[in-house]
Amino acid sequence: MGGFDWGFTFVLVVNGVMVGLMYALIALGFVLICKATDVINFAQGEFVMFAAFIAAGVAGAGLNFWVAALVSIIGMVALGFGLERVVLRPLIGRGIIAVVMATIGLAAVLRGVAVLIFGPDTRAITMPVGDMPINLGIVSVPPAQLAGAVVSIIFLAVFSWFFLKSRVGVAMRAVADSQQVAMAMGINVRRYFALAWAMAGVVSAIGGVVWGAMLGVDNQIALVGLKVFPVVILGGLDSIVGAIVGGLIIGVVENLAAGYFDPVVGGGTKDFAPYLVMLIVLMIRPEGMFGRRRIERV
Amino acid sequence: MFYREAGAFKTNYAADMALYPLPITRWAVVATAVLFIVIAPMFFGEYVVSLLNLILIAVVGALGLNILVGYSGQISIGHGAFMSVGAYTAAHLVVALHLPFWVTIPAGGIMAALVGLVVGIPSLRVKGIYLCISTLAAQLIIEWTINHVQWISGGVQASIQIPRPSVFGVALVHERQIYLFLLAFAIIAIVATQNLVRSRIGRAFIAIRDQDIAAEIIGINIFRYKLYAFAISSFYAGVAGALESYYLGIANYEQFQIDVSIDYLAMVIIGGLGSVLGSVFGAVFVTLLPVVTRIVLDSAGRVFFSYSDLLSLVPNLRLVMFGGLIIFFLVVEPDGLNRLWGNIRNYFRMWPFSY
Repeated sequence: MGGFDWGFTFVLVVNGVMVGLMYALIALGFVLICKATDVINFAQGEFVMFAAFIAAGVAGAGLNFWVAALVSIIGMVALGFGLERVVLRPLIGRGIIAVVMATIGLAAVLRGVAVLIFGPDTRAITMPVGDMPINLGIVSVPPAQLAGAVVSIIFLAVFSWFFLKSRVGVAMRAVADSQQVAMAMGINVRRYFALAWAMAGVVSAIGGVVWGAMLGVDNQIALVGLKVFPVVILGGLDSIVGAIVGGLIIGVVENLAAGYFDPVVGGGTKDFAPYLVMLIVLMIRPEGMFGRRRIERV
Repeated sequence: MFYREAGAFKTNYAADMALYPLPITRWAVVATAVLFIVIAPMFFGEYVVSLLNLILIAVVGALGLNILVGYSGQISIGHGAFMSVGAYTAAHLVVALHLPFWVTIPAGGIMAALVGLVVGIPSLRVKGIYLCISTLAAQLIIEWTINHVQWISGGVQASIQIPRPSVFGVALVHERQIYLFLLAFAIIAIVATQNLVRSRIGRAFIAIRDQDIAAEIIGINIFRYKLYAFAISSFYAGVAGALESYYLGIANYEQFQIDVSIDYLAMVIIGGLGSVLGSVFGAVFVTLLPVVTRIVLDSAGRVFFSYSDLLSLVPNLRLVMFGGLIIFFLVVEPDGLNRLWGNIRNYFRMWPFSY
């Protein structure tokens, strides 16, 4: 290769940041659950997909985009509450295998149900932002993507504030830290478990609407769930800051890798590179950049 | 009624340590063996035998995963990838060197075991969630590697055709012939697992599963035994993968993607964690689930749906039932079908005087 192509790299980085913010938002749903309830949610991608299906279904019925988004949020909150109640609550205190498998089973159910209800066709969600690419210096970005990035930033900020300052957020952190101590302090642990799932539902709904608007809605959308793991492992399973930083890094890394290595190896680098990063992190520092190190005692 | 411990007096150590200590168990084993070796291939139709073949392959794979997940407590979402390693190894040996099956199938197993060892190395540092995610990474990376490295994948389609194996010069082309071939492997796998889990190694696995720090304190080398677990489990997976590609006549990475890993996890969970019989039950159940769904929908569903609707309905309904059953068993009957079977057996043990 001759000179280093700064322009090309810049384009890749900007795209990476845009996608990375989306990853961060979706990973946030994962982190919320993991932080409050110690559950690894393998169905996060399916949550996003289901939310996108609801929004697309409502929008397809001729309703306004904002109504669709609102219905999707309400639907996902209800789903979050319901699943916590029916599936996750009986599994409290059971081994990690049981919980992981339950969420894997959940993923299968959601994927099947979504297609059974909404049909296998790809649908579209149109955000009310037009589709003239917006020019940012040497890169131009589709407005849907930019809107997605802005929404992500807003929600990441809101949730960061929520956990650091608000009363409910502090209580959730207390539950995450030690369920027994939280109970002794008069916190209703079960209610906060349910709340965590509902909040993950909200985040997934927003992620689903934006992600669906960018890619089109079908069950392939659930594949974004596979990107969540590298993000949260890199950032730390129970850290919101980690989700943001991890999302950005993974987004940029996968775009750079795809831009530079895809021509060499013939595609697929985008799915491969994040996992390589993740394996390195698991080898060196399993708790991630901002995660809490767990100390185990007999 | 029939299942009684009473009257079985053990007078020497050999009798006490026998694999099937009770006469009734021995009779049951013999009867099952006769049923599957003699009667099944004689009376069942071609289609039923082909289903049995798929089940037998699944039994081998599920036993392997149960050794890892059920007995040693290390969760793995990479079982499908290990199967693909075995499948491609065997396929290359057959196509390039024309080796017979009794070389290629163990070779596939050994290759998968070596890969499994590498994947198992993080298990010393990470466990639980992290191990689970790192095996997921292994699954995706192995899949990607097979798909993108030409000399492994054998061309653009990433698939290698292999001829059916031949025993004593007879090529096993018919379903019934290959049924007996697969059955032999399944029986070996079952008996080997039964013996493995009551050996020193198996007891070490169980100790690690129940409390790994305590196991280390009583002198079990955790790292070594975790690696054994990964290697043995991957060996089974490799053998199952090789058998599957022999059976289907083709090795293709699409047969061994992540949904296959999840299928096998479901077999182990639905069948019963930490039980040999449970692995068999799980293999039967998960293999037959889509078939039964389709048959029921084909016959009953025609009333309600058009044919084209049914085509898209079946795979999705299967997904829903599959996931729903996993959740159902986890919530309601965590010990799986094996426990249900045990309950039935215990009920009849004292029947009709159960008080």
